[in-house]
Amino acid sequence: MAEHAPTAESVTPTDEALNQLSARFGDAIQPDTREGFSGLIVQPDQLIAVATALRDDLGYDYLASATAVDYLGKGDHFEMVYHLCRTKGGPPLVVKAQTPRDVAALPSLVPVWPGAEFQEREAWDLMGIHFDGHPDLRRILMWEGFHGHPLRKDWKEAYYEQEQKPFDSRWPSGHVRRSEELVPYGKNVRYPDDFSPEDYENITDEAHSRIMSTLAPGVEIESNGTDRLTVNLGPQHPSTHGVFRMMVTLEGEEIIALKPVMGYLHRNHEKIGERNTFIQNMPFTDRLDYICSLSNNFGYALAVERLMALGARYQPPTYRAEVIRVLMAELTRIVNHIWAIGFLLNDLGAYFTPMMYVVIERELILDFFEAVTGSRMMCNYFRFGGVAADLPERIRSEATLLNDRVRDINTMEYLRDLINERLPRAIDQLDEYLTTSEIVTNRCIGVGVLSREDAIAMSAAGPVLRASGVPYDIRRADPYSIYPELEFDVACRTHGDVYDRYLIRLDELHQSLRICQQLLPRLADTEGEPIFAGRGGMYSPRVPAGEAYGRVENPKGELGYYVVSDGGQNPWRYHVRAPSFINLTPLEKMCLGHKVADVVAILGSIDIVLGETDR
Amino acid sequence: MYGTGIWRGLRVTLQHFLNTYIEDIRYGFRRHVPVEAFPERQGLEARGIFTVEYPEEKIATPERFRFIPFLVVENYDHPERPGHDWCTSCGICAKVCPPQCIWIVRSDDPETGRPIPEPEEFYIDIDICMNCGFCAEFCPFDAIKMDHDYELASYDRTSSHIYDKQRLSKEFRYWQSIAPTRAAEEAEARGGWEHKDVLKQKQREAKEKGKAAN
Repeated sequence: MAEHAPTAESVTPTDEALNQLSARFGDAIQPDTREGFSGLIVQPDQLIAVATALRDDLGYDYLASATAVDYLGKGDHFEMVYHLCRTKGGPPLVVKAQTPRDVAALPSLVPVWPGAEFQEREAWDLMGIHFDGHPDLRRILMWEGFHGHPLRKDWKEAYYEQEQKPFDSRWPSGHVRRSEELVPYGKNVRYPDDFSPEDYENITDEAHSRIMSTLAPGVEIESNGTDRLTVNLGPQHPSTHGVFRMMVTLEGEEIIALKPVMGYLHRNHEKIGERNTFIQNMPFTDRLDYICSLSNNFGYALAVERLMALGARYQPPTYRAEVIRVLMAELTRIVNHIWAIGFLLNDLGAYFTPMMYVVIERELILDFFEAVTGSRMMCNYFRFGGVAADLPERIRSEATLLNDRVRDINTMEYLRDLINERLPRAIDQLDEYLTTSEIVTNRCIGVGVLSREDAIAMSAAGPVLRASGVPYDIRRADPYSIYPELEFDVACRTHGDVYDRYLIRLDELHQSLRICQQLLPRLADTEGEPIFAGRGGMYSPRVPAGEAYGRVENPKGELGYYVVSDGGQNPWRYHVRAPSFINLTPLEKMCLGHKVADVVAILGSIDIVLGETDR
Repeated sequence: MYGTGIWRGLRVTLQHFLNTYIEDIRYGFRRHVPVEAFPERQGLEARGIFTVEYPEEKIATPERFRFIPFLVVENYDHPERPGHDWCTSCGICAKVCPPQCIWIVRSDDPETGRPIPEPEEFYIDIDICMNCGFCAEFCPFDAIKMDHDYELASYDRTSSHIYDKQRLSKEFRYWQSIAPTRAAEEAEARGGWEHKDVLKQKQREAKEKGKAAN
């Protein structure tokens, strides 16, 4: 964590921006002086001008995250928080704009960064902030018949029991009661005042034509003399990798408009997170992108550790803990990319065969996760200041009445086999059979092109961004953990089509293996060293008041956790910048002009997981 | 050339298919791979079928595997306190539980009204439990542990999915059998195989004896 501590000579992004802009904007920009907070607070009427200046003059071309915080009882205002980055690297600049709770309106930043589109819709949906000038301000995760804005602090859910966990009813007189008994079935639904479920049609004609008239600029469709047809791909469709819907308007077989519809798996993860204590969020992060639970843990641990570092008694993770963390994160990346490539082939019509063969290696990695963390997918392994437990000496399982297929293997031998023999072999096999296969090349090359400028403007992240020619990888751009001392290359391709997004994943598999191979000797060297610097493993760590944004390069892109603490046991605000969600912003752009069948491949190449998209 | 991708892909499938039969010949056409050949089939040189034919074959779960907590009680043939709860109803597991699925009724002494270190009732709603393992991780008395029994399907969730104290209790011996390494590590940290409080009691008695002898 030492690299994050501001040193005397280094200029923070906030100071730099203040120096450059205060002459031009005067009092419209103020530094955030609250204890534990940082960044700029911008007057709403100057927000667009400041944002444009930041983008054009200071080089903050990439909007990483935009989210809202409700400071009910702490100033009674909403605060919109933007994290801006430069694609050439460096820590993010935090820009904030405040609006009173009864006004709840801010100018939209979509004209400056189109990547704000979905994030502002989310803020409108969940927090009820109106964005003036937003091209398509509709609810995004909830449906129109939903009453209220659920992330507001004064909103209570149907099974509401108590403001914060732990609930008093559980101990010491915890007489068990099923939560269903609290609210009799069917009686817990409220509609907005002007809404009647009987009259509700999913999409009214007027709304439909409004949505579908928004053709992206510069796209001209040659008419085939056929009727325009709107088709729903999903929510139940094998190509959508979950419950995800795309409303597609077709001219013949060509796509002329596409609107993603999500939220079917929405569970208000962030509200649950604000009710939880800090440590209780850790297993919930597993359930975001359930393919990569360990790297989800990583981001959250980083965010809370940054908060804890504001206090006095925090001790950063030991070297061994960092090595284990990076090992887990990289193995997760391998798992995810193997899975993504397998599913991409699935979407291209190769059905399950390639996937099943690559999943063999994934199984072995999951076996390792199971032996170390206790679970194959819901790992819940990271703790603040370390990890839950050291690697076991042996991967062993005892015979019980249930089973007789017993294993007893040395953990390090298993890892060495996996990293040095099995995984390289499997990845080379993928490369050999798929990269030049004409099924892949014919369907992928030149399909779903996303230009470099669009990728940056629309806040694409991870492999999608790098396949479009932007070598932006948080492990290098804003390093965390022990990545600075590891040797690896940032994979980058230039065409931005489906094929390059496939190749990027293959490149990253090789790079991850390279990292893992460097970690093996480090693991052997640190054998037996402690995994916590201090006592560690506390269930109620002291988290001082303040804000922190912990971001990691998740296999799917930048995963950021924006956590605000008020000094209590629970986070005041807990926001997840979900790569699967924001990477859908350029989906329409990529699909326009292509055939219906290509949409499936393009969506597969973005690689979304609905647990994270819908949160 | 067109068609090579398809042909090469099909060749991989065919190879796996044939290898599966070759493996079968090696193991003498037994329906399932014998126990002793199991590591080999999942090993580095394995060819052919890789899958484990659940439920006929089951892979043993590793020690750290976690699925639904259980309460450790003293062995039923324990000389002094057979079947005694290790749990002292301190409530840490209920407080740390992320989905709040643990319900504990602390027992009070009917005469003094002071709490007794033993739960009167202990419930876990296994429909809500997310198997995170925090209860076991933060229990200061090693009294709640994660189980390995993952086959819990039932026909009716309303009547059978709230586990009470009796359903949750398992002998200490069971914990030793599913996780011997960890049980030994924990015993070492406690300073003996007995419950923490028993060990403390013994220490105190030994001290007093020492004093009396002096």
